[in-house]
Amino acid sequence: MTLDPPMALLAELTHRCPLQCPYCSNPIDLERANKEMTTEDWLRAIREAAALGCMQVHFSGGEPTVRPDLERLVAGATEAGLYTNLITSGVLLDATRLAALVEAGLEHVQLSFQDSTTEIGDRVGGYAGGHEKKIATAALVRAANLPLTANFVVHRQNFHHLSDMIDMALALGAQRVEIANVQYYGWALRNRAALMPTRAQLTQMTQDIAEARERLKGVITIDFVVPDYYARRPKSCMGGWGRRFLNISPSGNVLPCHAAESITTLSFDNVRQRSLADIWRNSEAFEAFRGTDWMAEPCRSCDRREIDWGGCRCQAFAITGDAKQTDPACDLSPYHDSLVSAAVGEAAAEPAAFVYRRYRNAKPVQREF
Amino acid sequence: MTVLTPVGPMTVPRMAPHMRLRFDKARQTWTVQAPERTFLLDDIAHAIISRCDGHMSVAGIVDDLCATFGNAPRDLIERDVLALLQDFTDKAVVTA
Repeated sequence: MTLDPPMALLAELTHRCPLQCPYCSNPIDLERANKEMTTEDWLRAIREAAALGCMQVHFSGGEPTVRPDLERLVAGATEAGLYTNLITSGVLLDATRLAALVEAGLEHVQLSFQDSTTEIGDRVGGYAGGHEKKIATAALVRAANLPLTANFVVHRQNFHHLSDMIDMALALGAQRVEIANVQYYGWALRNRAALMPTRAQLTQMTQDIAEARERLKGVITIDFVVPDYYARRPKSCMGGWGRRFLNISPSGNVLPCHAAESITTLSFDNVRQRSLADIWRNSEAFEAFRGTDWMAEPCRSCDRREIDWGGCRCQAFAITGDAKQTDPACDLSPYHDSLVSAAVGEAAAEPAAFVYRRYRNAKPVQREF
Repeated sequence: MTVLTPVGPMTVPRMAPHMRLRFDKARQTWTVQAPERTFLLDDIAHAIISRCDGHMSVAGIVDDLCATFGNAPRDLIERDVLALLQDFTDKAVVTA
């Protein structure tokens, strides 16, 4: 099987963040500031990513704007010919900083919102005043003539606001809105009972999206991500392990996806010690689930094995303890029924309280699935 | 607000401001870079997209393509151009 070059690099510059969303995609085991790579390390990694064939870089975190060298990294990426995207909570940005980022060549901003209302937005983010600050930041982004994607994470506590979210994105001048259901690993798995929607709630969301897409075709791009528990077949996670994307953690670990370190049976190479090209092509972690040779049944003989690539490895590991299992989101998995019935039970009960994403909550817990 | 934007011969298309037309050296192909999305362009798509300059109409683009690639009949070229530009307009890569 020939290996294509990666499409994009997700650069997770830091795990520090003023927000504490209970579905954060960072690992439970958050990396501390003193482990973060230097400016020079990042610049070299970015140049290597471009040379390897990445066309885009997404600066993310944590909150990437806590790094004072973000402008330098954007400039380095621009110089390397990469399309630059900033994925931010927006609460630390002001006009001066944004102007410096534009000057460095920033091409797109993806701004996260926790809801269309201040009340839910600030409660989910765990940051008073955050929602209003984000709206102000969106205005700054548009005033700087930068294109904007408004990003909403949806779950049982805000599923009824989808249409309002899309209208809000339009009013903010966004060209694109992403409505993404929580994906249940890491912090989100810990908070599943507070977040998982019912099937009926998902049906409502799907209808709202279909209606908005028809109404707004060519006006705003609407991306919608469903929660995979209610699908019959798993998602094509990352477009296949080690096929399209590279992720670099704050300390320089190179990962096939941002959650990969949750698979504790894998070891990861660090871009400070080994070239990115060598890691992409040959490292143990990237080779582990690349292609289809690693698969067991029912994936191995499945006619969708090169469509969904067995689904999500991190979810397989989190639920079954074996990363080579079929993703339990697939209804051919022997774990599927118990997983879905547990989630359905949680979705029907009163929502649990949030365990916020904080360094002091960043310790593993045992739980039954 | 415009809702559906039908593309016709008199439409004057241009790349949406946040789309970037770039040549990718690793893949030796033209691309459109969009937020979290990359469109790889074949030669025909590139010939059309690179003419969406906000000045030339669709009819003008078809004429220009006929002059450049003399072999294909005009109505065939026009059909391809309209189909591709409608698709890219729906995807907000191109605006009229």
